[in-house]
Amino acid sequence: MLYFFEQTLNGVQLGMLLFLLASGLTLVFGIMDLVNLAHGSLYMLGAYFAATFAALTGSFVAAIVLALAASLVLGMVLEIVAIRPLYGRDHLDHVLGTFGLLLFFNELVRVIWGPAGMTLALPPQMLTAVQIIPGVYYPIYRLVIILATLAVAALLYLVVMRTRLGMLIRAGASNREMVGALGINIKLLYTLVFGLGAALAGFAGVMQAPILTVQIGMGENILILAFVVIIIGGIGSIRGAFVAAIIVGLIDTIGRAFLPDLLHQALSNDAAQTLGPSLSSMSIYMLMAAILVFRPEGLFPAATR
Amino acid sequence: MTASLDPSLEAAPKSLVTVRSAFTAVLLAFLALLPLYVALTGNAFVLTLFTRIVIMAIGAVSLNLIMGYGGMVSFGHAAYLGIGGYAVGILAKEGVDSGFAQWPVAVAASALYAVVVGALSLRTRGVYFIMITLAFAQMIYYVAIGLDRYGGDDGLTIYRRSQFGGLIDLSNKTLFYYLCLVLLIASIYMVSRLINSRFGLTIRGSRSNDRRMRAIGFPTFRYRLVCFVIAGALCGLAGALLANHTNFISPALMHWTRSGDLIVMVVLGGLGSLFGPLIGTVAFLLLEEALSRVTEYANLILGPVLLLVAIYVRGGIEGLLEGRRSGYRAP
Repeated sequence: MLYFFEQTLNGVQLGMLLFLLASGLTLVFGIMDLVNLAHGSLYMLGAYFAATFAALTGSFVAAIVLALAASLVLGMVLEIVAIRPLYGRDHLDHVLGTFGLLLFFNELVRVIWGPAGMTLALPPQMLTAVQIIPGVYYPIYRLVIILATLAVAALLYLVVMRTRLGMLIRAGASNREMVGALGINIKLLYTLVFGLGAALAGFAGVMQAPILTVQIGMGENILILAFVVIIIGGIGSIRGAFVAAIIVGLIDTIGRAFLPDLLHQALSNDAAQTLGPSLSSMSIYMLMAAILVFRPEGLFPAATR
Repeated sequence: MTASLDPSLEAAPKSLVTVRSAFTAVLLAFLALLPLYVALTGNAFVLTLFTRIVIMAIGAVSLNLIMGYGGMVSFGHAAYLGIGGYAVGILAKEGVDSGFAQWPVAVAASALYAVVVGALSLRTRGVYFIMITLAFAQMIYYVAIGLDRYGGDDGLTIYRRSQFGGLIDLSNKTLFYYLCLVLLIASIYMVSRLINSRFGLTIRGSRSNDRRMRAIGFPTFRYRLVCFVIAGALCGLAGALLANHTNFISPALMHWTRSGDLIVMVVLGGLGSLFGPLIGTVAFLLLEEALSRVTEYANLILGPVLLLVAIYVRGGIEGLLEGRRSGYRAP
């Protein structure tokens, strides 16, 4: 039971991470109608920025702030230089172009930081575990991740629902041409939204950097999970991304933790050993397939598409 | 872009010798005579490289069938390479080394996977379709990693190539190359027959306007599903060839970036043209090979090239070849 509780927290943590990635993807798709395969690269670069700035400044907090700023700037520059010509084009052109960007960024990281991975050390006060309920100790840094991402999600919600920028973002998502016709600087809006998405992805990378090894290609597999999240949640919907991210995080983590044991009880040892790892990694894709059968537009379809 | 897609129909009223058809003929002659060059110079590496190119071209031809003619942008095509390859690898490991068993299983398993994925993903369109095919391919990738008995993450070595009795010896590199080339030509021929049939016209019609096709009475879902399955089965065959070529199979073959490579090959060559996928595969794999000899950081150049192709080049290399004849295509 205690193990279950711990795994649930891990699931929520993965879910929050996926939300950071998926919200950026879904914003960029919802507003610019752009499929961005290089989104995982921004996550990777966020982690590299954090590791580098931590080594330079020696301060964990400064590293996070600087890495966030760098991700934001990188995203905006990238949008102006490479992404802008792709707007209004076929999705296949987006796939081709951003796939090229992904190859480029992977190689660029190899040139700048070398092929070996990096690590980002946590400050000592983050290394302890805290007793959350009697008998359950949980690493304090993982709690920090959950709380920080929740705060970012709340902030994002406030920005989108309560500010002028958010109003424009929502308007852009439902009718781009009309927003432009009403005299809004749509180019600037696009650049800001892409930068925001990059910063969110970079933040996800920054938060994961101390837990994982910072390495080339770290954004590639998690990007597909983020795609699954926005398919389940409904493309273009931030609320859908939030709900779906938590669901996917929980099912993936809990499936990996418990499915092999369940199989051991139902099947022979041999069969369970073969099937266990495969089946548990299939669980979220089966969920996606099931949702597609009943709701092809996802759980929270964005209103106008 | 939506002008007639069949080069033979287009070329008929004009001269048969266009830049494009001349280029294609030279390329085919080059591929056919390549083993001769290899025999004269003893450069076996070229043969290995081009065997791989020809096999990947079969995969690209199959992707072009659904993506170029059917408008189904499948971002999970590498999964079939893996399924076909693993069918050969797993059967070989379990002691079945007859190609008469391995290859049909490879094709059938790929077709079966295509039926399931197609039935689910063809309910959706556009970007959903891209992401869903991508997600299912990633699922198969993880399944392969979980196959501990068959090497898991490390992959599986195939100690003996598929046996075809005394019919053909696949360990003869020249024979194997020619087998792959014949299968490539056969698959291009099959696609050309397919897209000009009533079936193919329905598929192409559904790409242009699915709602209208349904309104005039075509159950397009079924047509598209069948097309999706044919493409999957063909790419599964390419996977079986690839496993025989490398004598090794691993999940890395199915990583989603490999699916991206296949899309790049098709788009680079020319979407929805018969020989485009072949030209694109040759161009992409040769460029990759050449760049990796010049520099350690090949993708630093290749990546921006792809971005520039996406932004500036319409219709890929085929389109460029054609563009030299102005007014060639009816508006």
